[in-house]
Amino acid sequence: MSDAPSVVLSLDRITKRFGGLVANDAVSLTLHKGEVLALLGENGAGKTTLMNILFGHYVADSGEVHAFGKPLAPGTPRAALSAGIGMVHQHFTLCDNLSVLENIVLGTEGLFSFGRGRAAAGMRIAELSRDFGLSVDPEATVGGLSVGERQRVEILKALFRHARILILDEPTAVLTPQEAEALFATLRLAVARGLSVIFISHKLHEVMGIADTCVVLRHGRVVGCVVTSRTSRAALAAMMVGAEMPERQIAPGVAGRVRLRLDGVRAGGLSGVGLQLRAGQITGLAGVSGNGQSQLAALIGGEAVPETGLFEIDGARVTAWTPRFAIAAGVGRIPEDRHKTGTIADFTLAENAALETYATRFARGGLMDWAAVHSHASDLIVAHDVRCEGVSQRIRLLSGGNMQKLILGRVLEEEPGIILANQPVRGLDVGAIAHVHGRLIAARDAGAAVLLISEDLDEVMGLSDVVHVMSAGKLSPPFARGTMDRAGLGLWMAGQGFCDAA
Amino acid sequence: MRLEPVAHPSLARRLGYPGGALVATVLLAMALAALAGADPFAVLGQIVVGAVGSKFAALETLNRATPLVFTGLAIAVAFRAKLWNIGAEAQLYAGAIMTVLLGTGALGGPLVLPLSALAAMAAGALVLLGPVVLKVRFGVDEVVTTLLFNFIMILFVGYLLEGPLKDPMGMGWPKSAALIPEARLPRIVDGLRLHWGFGVALIAAVAVWFVQTRTTLGFEMRAVGANPAAARFAGMPVRAVLLKTALISGGLAALGGWSEVAGVKGHLSADLSPGFGYTGIIVAMLAMLHPLGVVVAALFVAGVFVGSDAMSRAAQVPTYIADMLLASALLFMVLALMLARFRVVR
Repeated sequence: MSDAPSVVLSLDRITKRFGGLVANDAVSLTLHKGEVLALLGENGAGKTTLMNILFGHYVADSGEVHAFGKPLAPGTPRAALSAGIGMVHQHFTLCDNLSVLENIVLGTEGLFSFGRGRAAAGMRIAELSRDFGLSVDPEATVGGLSVGERQRVEILKALFRHARILILDEPTAVLTPQEAEALFATLRLAVARGLSVIFISHKLHEVMGIADTCVVLRHGRVVGCVVTSRTSRAALAAMMVGAEMPERQIAPGVAGRVRLRLDGVRAGGLSGVGLQLRAGQITGLAGVSGNGQSQLAALIGGEAVPETGLFEIDGARVTAWTPRFAIAAGVGRIPEDRHKTGTIADFTLAENAALETYATRFARGGLMDWAAVHSHASDLIVAHDVRCEGVSQRIRLLSGGNMQKLILGRVLEEEPGIILANQPVRGLDVGAIAHVHGRLIAARDAGAAVLLISEDLDEVMGLSDVVHVMSAGKLSPPFARGTMDRAGLGLWMAGQGFCDAA
Repeated sequence: MRLEPVAHPSLARRLGYPGGALVATVLLAMALAALAGADPFAVLGQIVVGAVGSKFAALETLNRATPLVFTGLAIAVAFRAKLWNIGAEAQLYAGAIMTVLLGTGALGGPLVLPLSALAAMAAGALVLLGPVVLKVRFGVDEVVTTLLFNFIMILFVGYLLEGPLKDPMGMGWPKSAALIPEARLPRIVDGLRLHWGFGVALIAAVAVWFVQTRTTLGFEMRAVGANPAAARFAGMPVRAVLLKTALISGGLAALGGWSEVAGVKGHLSADLSPGFGYTGIIVAMLAMLHPLGVVVAALFVAGVFVGSDAMSRAAQVPTYIADMLLASALLFMVLALMLARFRVVR
C-alpha cells in the first residue's frame, strides 16, 4: 500500500510475567484503519493475556498501549471502552433474562434514565443491524437465542458503544462453518466502514480467509508478522508450532461387536437418537455446541435416563442408570468440564484419582485405605506423565493439560469397554493434545468403543472411524471415515441434511 | 484491586496472619475497655485470670466449653458438606427434651444415661432431617428452615414447661422435674461443676475427626461440600450423603442439650442455652471446620465468656465486651485466613 492508512492501535513491547512464566515477552503490534489483523497462536501462546492487558484486566509489567495516538491508561477496562475498543469474548457476557435491547444498552445509560431513550436505542440498534448484516430481534430474550445470535448481540453491543476497533476472541469456536461465513461477511462490512478488527484464532484456514495481516505468537513472543496474501497455510503452521508438524496418519480401527446401542431415544433435548458404539472403533460426534451433545453425554455417562426408546449395553437393556451404574458397567467418562465436574479443586491429586473408585477399590468396611490411594495415584502420574509436585498436591494448581492427563489416567486405569470423551482436548496445548489423542487411539486398538464429542471438526474428522453430526437434538446417520468433507458435515451441522432426509 | 491466590502459602504466612488476628482482637478489646473508663491492661489481665487463673476458673471454662464443643462439631460437620445448619439451638433443645423425658423416672438403672444420650441424638437428628429432606427433595433453602426451627423449638419448650413437663413441685416456675440421680452425668472432680459431658465431647471430636478423614462417608461428605457437581458425576450418592450428614450433625448438637441437662442443670428450663447453637457457628468457623480445632476454639470462646464475667464483677466493665471480643475475633480471623491464602494486588 502506497499511502499508509493511519495507525489506530499500537502495542509497544508489552511484557507480562506470572511468577516464572513469561506470558507476553516484549510483544509489539500495530493495527491500521480498515484492517483485519489475525492474532494466531496455539493455546497458551499468550493471545488472551495480551488482549486482557489491552482491555485493562491485567497490568503489563512493561510496555505501552496507544489507541488513536493517545496512551491508554493501564488497568482500567473503562479506558479501553471509551477509547473505542470493543471486545467480543469467547464466553459471552450477556444476561440471559434480559432482552437483546436491554443487554445492548446495559451500562450505557445513566442511573435514573431507564425507560427514556429506549425508542432511540431501538432505532440505532436496528440501523446497526442493517448496516452490518447482524439480524437479531431486539425484543427477544437472550436466554432463548442460539449461540450465533448471541455472538451477534455481543458485536452489536460493541458497535452500540461506538467501537472503532473490534476484538474477537476465538469467535468461530462456537459457530457452524456457515455461521462463520456470515460472521466474516459482517467483519468485511465493518472494515469497509473504516473499523479495524483483531481476530484471535488458531484456525489457519479462517485466518487465511479473512485477515489482511497476521501476527503469530509462540510462547509469549511474536515469531512472525506477515501479510496474509504473501504467505501460505503451511508457513503459518510452521511458525505457530515452531517446526513442520508431520500430519499424523491414524490407522483405521477394527470394528468389533456393538457395545452400546441407542434407538429412538428421547431425553432432555434429544429427539429420536439412534447410535451404535462398536468395540475397536472411535465414533466421532461433530456439531456446534448446545445442540444436544451435553444431553447425549449425560445419558451415556449415567447422569440422565432416556424418557423413551431403547438403551442397551452389550445387548442387555439398561434399567437402573446413574453415574455409579455407568462406572460399574464399564463406561469410562472424560467430562466436558474438567474443573466443574471432572475434579475437585481443593482435593489432592490422590483424592481426585480415587474419586470414582474410592468405594470399590480403596475401602474395606467403610474405611479408606489411604496408602493404597496414594500408591495408585503415584503409579498413575508416572504412567500418564502428569507433571506435578506429588500426589498430595492440590489439583487446582495443575495446568489444564496435566489435569486432563490425570482424568484420562483415572478413566483408562479401569480399562473401560466404553469411553465417553467429551471435548477431551479443549484448551490444551499441542503436547497434551497429542498425548490425549494417542491414549484414546491406544484404548481403541485395545478394543474399547470410544465416543468422541468435539466442537473441533478437524479433531473429529482426524480421529474418528465413523462420524455422526448432531443438530437440534437430532443425530445424523453415521458417515464412515473419508466419506464426508468439511462442507458436507457443515450442512448437516446447520440442520440441512435432516430436512433433506425427512 | 484484586486477590490472587498464593500457590504455596509459607508456614509464616499461615501462622502469621491468624496470629495477627488474635493481636488485633486483643488490641480492640483493650481500646473498648479504655472507652468504658477502665485500665485496659488490668481488664485484659482480669479476663485471663478469670478464665484460667485458678483451678476453679479453669474447670468452669472447660464446663462452659462442653456444649460449645458439641454444637461446634455439629456445625463443622454440616458446613464441611456445605449443609448450612443454623438450627443447632433447636437440635440442642430436642436432645434436652428427650433427656428429661427418659431421665425423670420413666427409666431406671445404669442404662438410663446411655439410653437418654441415644434418644437425644435421635431426636436432634430428626429435627434436622426434616429441613434437609425438604432441601434435597424440593430445593427448600435450609438456612431459612433450620433457623426458623429454633423459634418453633423454643416456643415448644415453653409449652412443655407450662404443660406436660411442668414440675408439680416447682412452685410455679417454668421448669421440668429434676432428673433422677442415675440419669445425671457424674462429676469429674468432686465438688466442682465439671462433669463427664466434657469427656464425651472430647470423644465426639475425635470420632468426628476419624469419620471425616478415615471413612468413605467422610470422603463423600468432604467431596459433596467441595464440589457437589463433581461428586455427583463421580457416582457419589449426594442426597444420601447430605441426609447422613444431617443425622450426624443434628445428633451432635442434641448431645449438647443432653450434657447440659444431665451434667449441669439437672432439669429442663427455657433458659437452658444462652445461644450455644449460634455460638457454635463462631466456634466452628474459628476452627476452620476442623473437628479437633473445634475443641480449641470452644475453649477459647468459653474462656472469653467466663473471663469476661469475672472481669466484669471486678472492673465494672459490662460483659458485653465478651460478645464484642468474639465477634471481632471471628471477623479478624476470617480476614486473616483469606489474606493467608490470597495476595492483594493492585
